This record gives sequence, C-alpha cells and structure tokens, in this order.
Amino acid sequence: MLDLLSGFIIELRNAGLPVSLTENLDAMHAISHIPLEDREAFKYALGATLVKNNAHWRSFETVFEVYFSLRGPEYSITDGDGEGSIDDLLQQMQEAQMKGEGNGGAGGMDSLTPEELMNILMNALMNGDQALMRALARQAVQRFAGMEPGRPVGGTYYLYRTLRNLDLDGMLDKLMEASKKEVGGELTKLEERLEKDEYNDRIEKFKQEVEAEIRRRLVADRGAEAMAKTLRKPLPEDVEFMHASRDEMQNLKKSLQPLTRKLAARLARKRRHGRKGPLDFRSTVRHSLAYGGVPAEPKFKYPRPAKPELIVIADISGSVAAFARFTLMLVYAISGQFSKVRSFVFIDGIDEVTEYFKKTEDISEAIHRINTEADVIWVDGHSDYGHAFEVFWDKYGKEINPKSTVLLLGDARNNYHASQAWVIKEIRQKARHVYWLNPEPRSYWNTGDSIVGEYGTHTDGVYECRNLRQLEAFVEKLA
Amino acid sequence: MDNRFESVQSVRDGLKDVNYLADDGIAGVVFLADRLGKPILVEGPAGTGKTQLAKSVAEMIGAKLIRLQCYEGLDESKALYEWNYKKQLLRIQADRNSDAWSDIHDDIFGSEFLLTRPLLEAITSKEPVVLLIDEVDRVEVETEALLLEILSEYQVSIPELGTITATQIPLVFLTSNNTRELSEALKRRCLFLHVDYPQMDREKEIVLTKVPGVTEMLADQIARIVRSIRQIDLKKAPSVSETIDWARTLVLLGIGTINAEQAKETLHVLLKYQSDIAKAAKELSDD
Ligand SMILES: Nc1ncnc2c1ncn2[C@@H]1O[C@H](COP(=O)(O)OP(=O)(O)OP(=O)(O)O)[C@@H](O)[C@H]1O
Ligand SMILES: [Mg+2]
Repeated sequence: MLDLLSGFIIELRNAGLPVSLTENLDAMHAISHIPLEDREAFKYALGATLVKNNAHWRSFETVFEVYFSLRGPEYSITDGDGEGSIDDLLQQMQEAQMKGEGNGGAGGMDSLTPEELMNILMNALMNGDQALMRALARQAVQRFAGMEPGRPVGGTYYLYRTLRNLDLDGMLDKLMEASKKEVGGELTKLEERLEKDEYNDRIEKFKQEVEAEIRRRLVADRGAEAMAKTLRKPLPEDVEFMHASRDEMQNLKKSLQPLTRKLAARLARKRRHGRKGPLDFRSTVRHSLAYGGVPAEPKFKYPRPAKPELIVIADISGSVAAFARFTLMLVYAISGQFSKVRSFVFIDGIDEVTEYFKKTEDISEAIHRINTEADVIWVDGHSDYGHAFEVFWDKYGKEINPKSTVLLLGDARNNYHASQAWVIKEIRQKARHVYWLNPEPRSYWNTGDSIVGEYGTHTDGVYECRNLRQLEAFVEKLA
Repeated sequence: MDNRFESVQSVRDGLKDVNYLADDGIAGVVFLADRLGKPILVEGPAGTGKTQLAKSVAEMIGAKLIRLQCYEGLDESKALYEWNYKKQLLRIQADRNSDAWSDIHDDIFGSEFLLTRPLLEAITSKEPVVLLIDEVDRVEVETEALLLEILSEYQVSIPELGTITATQIPLVFLTSNNTRELSEALKRRCLFLHVDYPQMDREKEIVLTKVPGVTEMLADQIARIVRSIRQIDLKKAPSVSETIDWARTLVLLGIGTINAEQAKETLHVLLKYQSDIAKAAKELSDD
C-alpha cells in the first residue's frame, strides 16, 4: 500500500501538482482512518490532503483512476496489510475478472446477441440502473474494443471502437421516443429538454464506465506508471493558448470566471492599500481622544491612484486568435478595474470593436461578433501589422493620452511586410505605458518573419504569455 | 481524545438529521477533520452551503458555534484579543501618584484588562466549540499569519501573558470564495474541501427539506430545470440558495408543475443578471 501511495504521489508531482512533504504525511494518516474497500472515501481522503486547488482536481482524478483503478468493491480487494503492490493488485484483478465472468448481474452476458445486449442497455439507461450499466460497459469493452496485450495503442482508440458499435446517438433518439410513448403524446419543449438532459447525463455516465474499464485493462497490461505518463496533461493554467484543443479551451473558459473574480478583488484591494501613505495627523489626534489624549492608534493617509485607461490592439489571425479572444474576455471581465477600455482587432485591416462590448453584458456574444462582423481584412487576410498600425495611427492616434495604457497582442509575424515600427514609438511618447504580449515561446521570437524585437524596443516591455499563468501574472502587474 | 464520529456514514446521517444534505465528499472530509484534528478549508461558488455546513455541524454535535467574520482590515485586536486601552489608561491615571510603575504594569496586563475575541474565545471555551472563520479570503495575506498558530497548535501566544493552549481541540471551518490565492502555509495546515453545486438528486433533497409545502414532483422538476440552466453559459449560475428561493416562490404562487411560461416569469428569482435571464428564457421557451 505504501509503495502504491508513494508512486501515486510521485506521479501527482510529475503532473505538476505542488504536493509538500507535510501533505504527503497527512495523506498517509488520513487513509489509515478509512476502510480500504471504500474507494470513494479513499479518494476524498487523498483529495482533501493532497489537492488544495480545485483547478487541479481533474488531473488528480486521472492519476487516481490509474493508480487505484484496480481497487474497489467490484473487485472486493481487502488486503489490510502494507504489502500490497501493483503486482498483487493485478493478480487479484485477474482473479476477480475470472470470477466475474460467470456470476451476478453480468451472468451469461457473453452469450447474448448484439440486439439483446442493446435492449438491455436501453433498459438500463431508461431506469438509470448503475450496476447494470457498469456490467454492460465491461461486456461492451470485452466484445468490441478488441484489446490485445502489449499493443501500443492509446485508450481513445479502444474507446472509439467500443462506442462506434454501441451507437449512443441513436440510443438517445430511441430513449426519447420511448419517453413520448410513455406519456402518450407530444412533450412540451421544456419537458423534452429536461428529459434529454437526464438521458444525456446517464449516457455520459455510461461512457465514463466504458472509459474506466478500458483504463483498468490498460493499466493491468502496461502498469500504472506507464499509463499515467501517457495520460499526463498540463494543468489548466499551463495549457498553451496556441495549441489548446477545443476541450482544453472549454476548460480554460471555465477557469476564467473564478480567475476574474480573484483578479478584480485583488486589483481593487491593491489600489486601495497599495502603499501606506504618510501619517494622517488630524485623524490620529481625533482618535487619540478616546484614549485620554494618548496617540495610541496612529492613522495613515492612503493614496488613491487613478484607474488606468486601457487600449487593446489585437491580432486575431489564425494561430493567435484563441489567445486574442481569451485575453479580450479576461480584460472585459475585469473592465471595472479600468476607467475605460477600448479595443481594436486586426489582420491586415483594423477595426474598432469597443461597441460590441458596450451593447451587451454577455462577453461571449461580443466575442462572437468579433469573429463574424469585425472588418479586419484589407487585402489578403494575412497578418500585416505595419498596415494595421499605420491605419490605427491615422484614425485614432490623437486620442492616446498620458492616462492610456496600450496593450499590443500578437506574435508579430508580419509576413515580411514593412514594420512601420515608428507608430509604436509615437504611441509610446503619448501614452502612459505600452506593452506587448506574445503567445509564442520566447525561443521563437525574431525567427522567420517574427519582428517582435523591432516593435519591442519601442515598448515598456514584451511579455511571453503562452498560458493562463503568465497572462494572470501580467494582468496583475498592469492595474 | 474521543472521536466525535463513528464513520463517514454517521456524519452523513447526523447532518441529515439537522437538515443538511451532505454528499460523500463533504461527509468524508468532516469525518477526517475530527480524526486528524485538522481544520477544513471550504471553498466553492457562492451560496452552496459552505457557511451552513459549519453551523449544521455545530448543531449536530451540540457544540457552540463561534464565528469570526473576516473583512479587509481585520486585525489581531478584532480576531484574537485586545487590551482594554481605556480601562488601562483610567487605571494608570487613577494611580498616578501612589503605586510603583511595576505594580501598575503587572496589574494592567492581567486578564481583567483582556478583551477576548473569537479566536481566543474558541480555544479557552470550556464547552465544545465549532469555530467558523468565515470568508477568510477577505483578509490580507499578512493577516493570515495570525491564524497559523491557532490552526496548527490550537494555541495563542500573548506576549504579556504567555501561551494559552486549547483545553479541547475544536472543529474548525474556514470558508473562502476564492477571491484571492490563500497562502501555502495556510493551505498546508488544512484539509481542502471544494463544495460545488449539488448533483440533481441532492439538490432535490435540499429543496424538499428546506421548503415547506413543496411536493416531491415539484422539487424534482425544480432540480431538473436548475441543472439544465446551469449548463447554459451564464454570467452567474444559480446557487443553492437561489434554488431554494425559487422553490419558495413557486409554492407561494400555488404552482404544482411548472410550465415554460411560469418558469420564464419567475426566472428573476433564480438569476441576477438581465442578460442571463434573457438567455435562459430563450432556451426554455416553447417557440
Ligand atoms: N447541502 C445543503 N443542505 C441544506 N441546505 C443547504 C445546503 N447547501 C446550501 N443550503 C442552503 O443554501 C443557503 C446558502 O448557504 P450558505 O449561506 O451556507 O452558502 P455559502 O456557500 O456560505 O455562500 P457564500 O459564499 O455566499 O457565503 C442556506 O440557506 C443553506 O441553508
Ligand atoms: Mg457564506
């Protein structure tokens, strides 16, 4: 058990979770109070002691599933002593698997025809029968995944093969049909939506059972360590904007809300209490009256620096678009921290989009309008920073003033057009600050057609913003 | 010291008896907090029952709830203890000519001049105590340091008096709305519990226990609709307390089953932003 746990903790650290020695010890204490066969309680005991940031929970769960997927009531593993290792678990699993073939709810499932199997699955989903769903998930993987020991194929491949044979989309339609039949007529749109939500939820749970089964088998085949390594993903705050998958981008969006609340509170606090000012003599004397004239409570003046005015100019072409969108969302979510925010987007033409954000409280909608309506193509739709900057200067240059902070977003890959870097120089002379945020790794800067260095010399700093962690650090510095 | 709880299940059951519906995670962490003698840091979206958890645990074990409400600017004198300056000054003035200074000094730093604040009260209390340090993310990072001693050693050091150690280890809950990163030192000392929006079944149970007059069917429908609404991309998703408010409203209006029209008309109880209401209404409506 101890071996298993320390392997588990090493993997958590590999996955980027900051687990301290104290926490490691706490985890060991914690599980000594939990009956080992209670897998859920076991998981929460480890979670409560090892994961102190909710954004890390998913990573924790993945590692947990890999290391402890062979434990649990379904295999009734009850080794009480400290000797249990992965090998033992493996063996126990195989035995349990053999016993499992011919007993209980899964009994005789092997001999079912595919149609019968689908019917049972439909029934299980209709009734939300968890135990039966689990048994069916196992049966499905065994039948359809075609898993062979030692084959160097990822879990997603097996998942795909299994699900393809189950046609769960068709299943949803059939379930909805059955629901309609049950009430004997049409459902209202609201009823339909609620019914669909429920079935989707159950189907999702079933999919998770399938995934869990595949993972269990892969772990049995390859060992936990190797499995964990293939599944390792960056923590949300370390996901690169430029290479984020749809799924990762979704997750990033989810982390945006708590993050902005945090940032807004921190910025407000910082402005209020940034520095302690000089002694406030009047206030101190006033308060000293309560103590018989003794200045027992010295009072200080707090300087209140003005909120900056923000101007964002963002390249929204191809590979940097996700970064631009995300940064704009972040900026607008904390726009209360600035006296004014104006935003401009460009590819080779430039367009002001401030109005989109004024018209609605819904930031996603404004972003959607940027994608569909903003007029950013001038000639060919390939980034032309130089032209965009020139047009910006002509049209809006005079509106930049000493209260403005200007943010330039992009990789400065200018397709070998003229840089027109003089615009940035002019802007800087009029503005309070000019910063450039680049989503590319620093090592790529100024290679190929990147001319971020040329622009950068005219700014107060170029910052690498590949992920949320870096972006957050920058924004905090900004306000 | 004796354990307060037999098992995770007994925590769950006990909380249910005082009308708090816990899931396995919540019950499990409360159970462990007692076994390990560690505080719980409870974090999660607004209105998901973080504060209520501490109150309900106190009720369950028949302990007194001592609450320290945190705010920006909270300091030692409000959290831990304070010397009663006024009384001290009066004492000094009264004896200006007679006593020697050292006598006065010993005297004015006696417990008679000590004002006990929640943290000190919690560890000196003779009766069982649940200490709730609410919204700890509102104090400045530096102020957190005040809490560290009490959270790990269950003691308070007062320079003039020495160290006061707890007679009993209280159950301690800290809640946070995560408006700032808490210090590593604080997090290390605590068990971490993220309380999220409840699963549908649990939310239904909460509605059933908290809202008099609600039928099983209505509660079920409410929980389903709320789950559905939480899946929409909103500025602020409905919290448990908003679900409860909505259920109360529907009961007051005498509604037995909700149709789309009624849902739309009462959405403002559930959602706070105009744009969210409009979005949800569109999703739920019949046309
Ligand atoms: N699991 C639960 N069982 C019973 N009631 C609950 C539960 N969760 C929440 N509630 C009810 O929801 C309401 C809000 O709870 P509470 O004030 O504790 O939220 P909170 O998480 O502390 O919110 P905030 O972050 O705004 O302080 C209370 O009326 C509480 O009784
Ligand atoms: Mg609260």
